[in-house]
Amino acid sequence: MTVGINAFILVAGLLFAIGLLGVVLRKNTLIIYMSLELMLNAVNLALVAFSRYNGTMDGNLFVFFIITVAAAEVALGLAIIVALFRLRQTVMVDQLTSLSR
Amino acid sequence: MIDILFYVFAAITLTSALLMVVSPNAVNSAMCMIVSFVGTAGMFVLLEAYFLAVLQILVYAGAVMVLFLFIIMLLDVDKETNQILKDKLTLAASIAGFALLVVMICSAFAGGQHLPETSLLPVLENPTGAGIGIPFTTSAKSFGYSLFTKYMLPFQVTGFLLLSAMIGVIVVSKKHS
Repeated sequence: MTVGINAFILVAGLLFAIGLLGVVLRKNTLIIYMSLELMLNAVNLALVAFSRYNGTMDGNLFVFFIITVAAAEVALGLAIIVALFRLRQTVMVDQLTSLSR
Repeated sequence: MIDILFYVFAAITLTSALLMVVSPNAVNSAMCMIVSFVGTAGMFVLLEAYFLAVLQILVYAGAVMVLFLFIIMLLDVDKETNQILKDKLTLAASIAGFALLVVMICSAFAGGQHLPETSLLPVLENPTGAGIGIPFTTSAKSFGYSLFTKYMLPFQVTGFLLLSAMIGVIVVSKKHS
């Protein structure tokens, strides 16, 4: 494969930037949360690329742990969003401003 | 041939990620997210991390996104909203910040400031990695060996994290009377 590590890191960086755009742009808490998952995924891609081109296994193991933590985080975060919706009847961040008053 | 596959997977991943961000319907966003995860899994295969590619499909594109779709359809928040984005100032500021970030990332790889181009190292045949460190292998056996030797403590901590997350979900989602 003649594609070097720079191409993989470039893709990972662009994926991270798109995730950040989703976090600052959208109003729906669920979409913001999915964008956070996208940013974690970009980091996973960078770690696997570094691991492969470095010839060590440690990056792959970090990705293994990141996937585990992300799964736990998604379960807990979605439970919090459901509890929030039950309390306020909305998940739009522009209507969840009761702390600012 | 493999180079073409890399460009195809990169295009799929980035395009569907961008569609996920701009799609007005939350269910469409989740579907685009699944395609993006599958594209990332394809790039994991190109990097010869086969176990992680399978894990990515199973955990991310399977479990996590199904959970997201379930919650999106359960809450059904798209009906009462007419405007999905924030106000125009936030829109302009977000896009300007995104463009700045993209220029910054691309300029890090343009010109003569690359990371050193290393060629792919040959895949070793020793999956347990006896010797120096844990060398890269494509075998899932090296995951098990590393998890129970070098990464024993993080592995146990992750187990406790999963347990506490499970208990936390039960406590948070329980309807208190």
